[in-house]
Amino acid sequence: MVTDLDARLTAAEILALGRIAATMVPEDAVSGMPGADDPAILDDIARSLGRDLPLIREALAAVAAKSGGAFAALDRDGREALINDWYAGGGAPAVALGRVIVGAYYRDDRVLLALGHEARAPFPKGYVLEQGDWSLLDVVRGRQPFWRDDRVVPAGES
Amino acid sequence: MAGNEKVDVLIIGSGASGAAVAWSLAETKMRILCLEQGDWMKPTDFPSNGRDWEARRYTDFEISPNRRGRDTDYPVNDDNSLMKIANFNGVGGGTVIYTAHWPRMHPSDFRVKSLDGVADDWPVDYWALEKFYDENDRMMGVSGLAGDPGVPPRHPPMPPIGLGRTGTRYAQAMNRLGWHWWPSDTTIATTEYEGRAACINIGHCTPGCAQGAKASTDITYWPLAIRAGVELRTRCRVREITTDEHGMASGAIYYDADGVERFQPAEVVILACNGVGTPRLLLNSASAKFPDGLANSSGLVGRNLMLHPWPIVSGYVEEGMDGGRGPINCIWSKQFYETDPSRDFMRGYTLQFGRGTGPATQAVIGATSGLLPWGRDHHRQYRQLLDHRLSIGVACEDLPEEHNRVTLDSVLKDSNGIPAPKIDYTISENTRRMMEHGIARAEEILTEAGATRLYASRTALNYPGHLLGTARMGTDPDRSVVNEWGRAHDVKNLFIVDGSIWVTSGGVNPTSTIQALALYVADQMKKRLATLFD
Repeated sequence: MVTDLDARLTAAEILALGRIAATMVPEDAVSGMPGADDPAILDDIARSLGRDLPLIREALAAVAAKSGGAFAALDRDGREALINDWYAGGGAPAVALGRVIVGAYYRDDRVLLALGHEARAPFPKGYVLEQGDWSLLDVVRGRQPFWRDDRVVPAGES
Repeated sequence: MAGNEKVDVLIIGSGASGAAVAWSLAETKMRILCLEQGDWMKPTDFPSNGRDWEARRYTDFEISPNRRGRDTDYPVNDDNSLMKIANFNGVGGGTVIYTAHWPRMHPSDFRVKSLDGVADDWPVDYWALEKFYDENDRMMGVSGLAGDPGVPPRHPPMPPIGLGRTGTRYAQAMNRLGWHWWPSDTTIATTEYEGRAACINIGHCTPGCAQGAKASTDITYWPLAIRAGVELRTRCRVREITTDEHGMASGAIYYDADGVERFQPAEVVILACNGVGTPRLLLNSASAKFPDGLANSSGLVGRNLMLHPWPIVSGYVEEGMDGGRGPINCIWSKQFYETDPSRDFMRGYTLQFGRGTGPATQAVIGATSGLLPWGRDHHRQYRQLLDHRLSIGVACEDLPEEHNRVTLDSVLKDSNGIPAPKIDYTISENTRRMMEHGIARAEEILTEAGATRLYASRTALNYPGHLLGTARMGTDPDRSVVNEWGRAHDVKNLFIVDGSIWVTSGGVNPTSTIQALALYVADQMKKRLATLFD
């Protein structure tokens, strides 16, 4: 159920969240993708936690515990290995952390444009859906009805 | 307790069935009142208006009431069920957040005992409901294509949604396999229809349709019912149905928007609260005369809950597909719907073919299925998933079992202090075999379509919100809660019209049949007005 929606992460928690977010979705300069620790994206993540805040705090604590409190001191390979290993068995806190990070990341204008998507809400402009190849249905149209008609008495029964 | 003026008919719940029965009964000119615990929805509030449209599917438009947590929701203890409960509380009920997939039950679904020797036959058949299916299709506005050899004849008033790249890919694979497919019937308008605008492909339809192209009863039945004189009162949460000294329903006690307890007297009470809300209300209406709950002399109120296990199998192709740019509904297959004695399970399933998702949802799906790593390879892998996804849902028939049930939780209560429902539910061995058969067929199809990285999600995340069977209909008062036209055996002015009266579940989305049944019950009531309580 909904918990304290007015609660916020502390500055230290946001710092830890940023390190984890950067590990999960790092910057890719070649394709023009910012990292999830980009200030605008991280700010969006932090403002979007809402009812997930308790789970996010659990996630931050779990990552800290798994790294012995030294996540930031690990090299990149070590951080990525730890995150992937933890995420696979991390349960609800891991799923929530992943969801809030990508929820904010994949609505950032720079990210969407780099992916070839339009940076806008779906409504009111909508999108075009092709009709596709309706001639493919011709072979199906030729089939005899095969739903069971309960009004038909099977042969041999009366 | 504050009292209200007596009405002829009190309907509780304004969703799929409540709206249909209200509209149908309006022509009687009786005084009809509907109490709804939620609000009217505003198109400008739907997620697709904003950039946070995907995130809101996990918050205020989440399909689980426990996570959604609006103040108009009630909690559900579904800890003892692998499948979770989905619903929506507001004018239109579940139709606000359904996918608008619109298959009908098959004739064989009403005769499972006679044809297949399982469960029980319904006391009505497809042919008795056929004209109400047709009437409901006109009221809701259905897009589809006549001529499907897999289902009985029907004539959708609008053309189907385009196949798109994704549907074309599926169709090619199905034709190579020699298996049936057909464009899905949906209640998404593909042309202007009765004041509704045509679909503009704003994405997955579940979290409400800002365009108004998807038929929810707040924009189909309710405007007509209200214009015909029906009163709809929102933010009214019913606690219990009351009875008089003769054992007849006398009305309902509810809490209004200000939390004030009120009594609404009525000549007739109709429950339309879905397969969880209705048994909850009946059980909460226990009294000295009805100690086990109202209308529960059979002991079956709350039992035989059916939830439609719904595995989803996905895969990814190299070419770009439709992604999230269009309704999720695409095509269906009835190839494996009817019972086949050569299989190791009875009954069958519909295959429901979907399009892709939006960018954030694809990342969530990819990560939780283990296909999308975190770290430096994230971006490369992600580009191979986004807009490349195919997915097939396996809509399994869920046969009734009495141990699958709704009871009252001994601790959990809603914000008005009303005991909340508790769910106990397991998936039967027959259904598990059916699920695995369907998953294997879906994997064959996806492989034929050129997809790789197949992933089968069996149940936990696929709760479809089909809440059926907990106040079943029948002719025997010892084996059913309502009779063959929806009237409670025990209380002759109490009717039920929602999914709880289903005897079996079929392997289809239920809303079309729920509404056809509601129209059928209303028609029976109108024909029997002079002798309704005999």
